[in-house]
Amino acid sequence: MAILVIAEHNNESLNVATLNTVAAAAKIGGDIHVLVAGHNAKAAADSAAKVAGVGKVLLADDASLADGLAENVAAQVLAVAGDYSHILFPATSSGKNVAPRVAAKLDVAQVSDIIAVESADTFKRPIYAGNAIATVQSLDAKKVITVRTTAFDPQAAEGGSAAVESVSVAANSGKSQFVGREVAKNDRPELTAASIVVTGGRGMGSADNFKLLEPLADKLGAAIGASRAAVDAGYAPNDWQVGQTGKIVAPQLYVAFGVSGAIQHLAGMKDSKVIVAVNKDAEAPIFGVADYGLVADLFTVLPELESAL
Amino acid sequence: MKVLVPVKRVVDYNVKVRVKSDQSDVDIANVKMSMNPFDEIAVEEAVRLKEQGVVSEVIAVSCGVTACQETLRTAMAIGADRAILVETDAELQPLAVSKLLKAVVDKEQPQLVILGKQAIDDDANQTGQMLAALLDWPQATFASKVELAADSVQVTREVDGGLETLKLNLPAVITTDLRLNEPRYVTLPNIMKAKKKPLETIKPEEVGVDVSPRLKTLQVSEPPARSAGVIVADVAALVEKLKNEAKVI
Repeated sequence: MAILVIAEHNNESLNVATLNTVAAAAKIGGDIHVLVAGHNAKAAADSAAKVAGVGKVLLADDASLADGLAENVAAQVLAVAGDYSHILFPATSSGKNVAPRVAAKLDVAQVSDIIAVESADTFKRPIYAGNAIATVQSLDAKKVITVRTTAFDPQAAEGGSAAVESVSVAANSGKSQFVGREVAKNDRPELTAASIVVTGGRGMGSADNFKLLEPLADKLGAAIGASRAAVDAGYAPNDWQVGQTGKIVAPQLYVAFGVSGAIQHLAGMKDSKVIVAVNKDAEAPIFGVADYGLVADLFTVLPELESAL
Repeated sequence: MKVLVPVKRVVDYNVKVRVKSDQSDVDIANVKMSMNPFDEIAVEEAVRLKEQGVVSEVIAVSCGVTACQETLRTAMAIGADRAILVETDAELQPLAVSKLLKAVVDKEQPQLVILGKQAIDDDANQTGQMLAALLDWPQATFASKVELAADSVQVTREVDGGLETLKLNLPAVITTDLRLNEPRYVTLPNIMKAKKKPLETIKPEEVGVDVSPRLKTLQVSEPPARSAGVIVADVAALVEKLKNEAKVI
């Protein structure tokens, strides 16, 4: 039994989500191989080879794989899928995009967003916005799985010495083209990987007020998140959104300012180690999950908190 | 051109579901059901494309029990022209649904299929991608902007870290993200009109699709409860707790 992990990378370095996914693969048990599909991605493949527990790295390097088009990446995964019992993707936007395409072509069900490995064919996953946890058994011969990265501690990035093997590249589908990319500017830690996250909700009141979170975030070395209400109101860019339909985070410390705590938001953050809520409304549902609550006006709390740190 | 919009009947997003005491499933008896919110966005987008004159017909399709007719009527009240129900009492998983949808696509020959990115009950986020794979069509998931031309569609997608834009050859599959549009409210006259629009019913056996589940649910449990927190008096007390009790800063 061997497991194929599909690496997430930017051609030069591995995304930490890959390390979480390798950790999930290690829990299943078996040889772990990593597929790096990209363009000029030798550096990413070399880092994958150093990850502890990785037995082999497959490198598919071609311009058609440069931008992660689902049609091409899925074809590439299928080209090497033959020998593997499990194919694991991180449940990131690219993993979620490609994995079901692979599963359907293999005629197997996919297990989405697993949070625990019970055995080689049985996994736990959240349903209904995290309000229930389902234990599911896959009846298919091959298991295609996406891994909730925050549920698995990242595998050590050093310690392995796997061989990098070039594999032949699948044909370009020609059915889709990459046009462009707009990267949200963010000098802070990545939201899903940060150990502290400071989040603002509709209670922030405006995009200008949202900037008041920045000095605090800088002081804590934290990433900034937002509730859907804040994103929809235009206070924050949408890739800051934490929740069922945004990012799932599980930092050491999650500080929510002016967030009411709708179930869709809680689905994205309730596995944080310590949750702090600051809200004027003592009845806000966020206080139901918060370890420490402060019923106060966030605009007086923010400067006080900043100077107290 | 024709657009097909698959819609799903799910527990209303405002309902907080409870796990059954025998841990076999969540209890959805007598709870409010509605159209999956992402599917409403998909119907709205299809209807807007029709209003722009680039689409000639919008067909809503749903797979599931008889009561899914209500969901299809809602889609027609938003503006879909007609509806198809693939009726079955069987438990349907995304792979089975995508096979049923492929059968409907083969029959109706749309140029575009617009689905929601995920259903808020199983949170799978698979069906659109699986349908695209089965049809061998290109896909654009998590769409926040759609510009349709005669033989291609340009889609801006929400990805980790920002946005990316793709151009797909038609026919193609698109799945909607939250910010694609704001679905309109259905008005009473449109609800009345929707009752007269055609709704065709077919069975999975008629299209030769095996819908048997490939994933077996062994148990459904409550998520671990968080221990009750404390309300602190002021910022000083909060900082003290975070430093000395929780030791996170």
